[in-house]
Amino acid sequence: MPIKRGVSLYSFQNETFQGRMTLEDCIRTCAEMGANGIEIIGEQTFWGWPEVGVDQAEIDTWHRLIAKYDCVAVSHDFMLDYKRYKGREMPFEEQVASVKKDIDFGARLGMKYIRALVSIAPEVLVAAAPHAEEKGIKILIEVHAPLHFDHPWIIRHAEAFEKSGSDALGFLPDMGMFLHAFPPVWKEKFMRVGVPKHIADYIEKAYADRVLSEYVILNVQQMGGVGPAIAMAETLRHNAAFEPRRMLDYMPRIHNIHGKFYEMTADYIEPSIPYDEIVKVLQQGGYQGYICSEYEGNRWIEDVMEPDSVEQVRRQQVMLATLLGEPTPQLRAAA
Amino acid sequence: MMDNKMIVEGSLETSDLGFAFYGRLPYYRGLGLSMIEDIQITVDGDLIPRADVRFHVRGKTYTLDQMETIYDDRWNFGEKAKIIAMKPGGLPPGDHKIEFAVRMRVSYLPFVPTTKDTKVLALAA
Repeated sequence: MPIKRGVSLYSFQNETFQGRMTLEDCIRTCAEMGANGIEIIGEQTFWGWPEVGVDQAEIDTWHRLIAKYDCVAVSHDFMLDYKRYKGREMPFEEQVASVKKDIDFGARLGMKYIRALVSIAPEVLVAAAPHAEEKGIKILIEVHAPLHFDHPWIIRHAEAFEKSGSDALGFLPDMGMFLHAFPPVWKEKFMRVGVPKHIADYIEKAYADRVLSEYVILNVQQMGGVGPAIAMAETLRHNAAFEPRRMLDYMPRIHNIHGKFYEMTADYIEPSIPYDEIVKVLQQGGYQGYICSEYEGNRWIEDVMEPDSVEQVRRQQVMLATLLGEPTPQLRAAA
Repeated sequence: MMDNKMIVEGSLETSDLGFAFYGRLPYYRGLGLSMIEDIQITVDGDLIPRADVRFHVRGKTYTLDQMETIYDDRWNFGEKAKIIAMKPGGLPPGDHKIEFAVRMRVSYLPFVPTTKDTKVLALAA
């Protein structure tokens, strides 16, 4: 089975926040791009979730829209606010109960997966796994920069998953961890908030040369960099250029992919994330799930322009369709 | 994110008790009210004391201290909440520079972000 294309509605946050796109607009837009896998952040798409709850009428509307546009419900991304109580962490049993509630919500929405944030402890997910199995849901921890597949925290998760013996536990890698060039939209934003051009150029070059982030930070200090210049250098700490092939050891537990991107150029290139290599690795590993677009350039440009999230996602879908060997004429004609 | 969309344009109103405007949470999701750590309002450079700030959403009004233990209500994604400053006499007609800052406790972040928006809003005579 080939790799499938989808979209996380997170991508359209700038439009949905302002009420400029409805849920139906989002789903129709994805369907028109041939990206029929739909991922949501439950509490972004459904007001009230989780503290207040969601009426059945809204769930019915969701199912009606998914059917109307011939889409597939892929993942409900949940948050688990273990800092809900000021000054004390949510107790373990309550965290497990909260995850079970999100499993139930995912099942109501017809999802295959629910996404767990990377900061959640493996013991919590292991304790919730039997409930997930009963509901036919897999819980996927999102492996997201600055974490990566060789980080001890992720290895702890992997070991706990194996020990549990449950196949309801897995991974959802975010492709941002494979950043291989300093994103132009980041550099431009840092320059707008005061980073001198020669320092911004140096940081971009140092990233390309894979210089250790701590050396870059010191050098920027010695170049006279302050405030935003240090902040720009510090992004290197959290965005090392990891190798896509590190996913190969974990393929049996990788069930969904966040197609993170910061910018798609008019000629269908993401300048900072190596999607050609990523797709090759996923194909080599026999991946058969979705790659869901996750546009995150919005926050880097919104101070100077209104993001055009739909056009950005369309361009990424053209790129993905091309890399996957699909025909793209309809996608190219759209706009 | 959404910094420049926090204060809703054209939403400033006044009364004898104070003034109010519509505000949105600068975040890609909503938050339970217990995780809103602080809301700061300044008008024309004057800070409104924390005890004089009210948060009003879907018919319910809370003080910031009350919000800290509200576990069954939310500030939803993109939802316009009425942000109220108790200020006897309200504001005179004309332009007013409003600053609106929200500090939120986000479970997965290794810091506690504060996000701010500043806008000049007009109050009709």
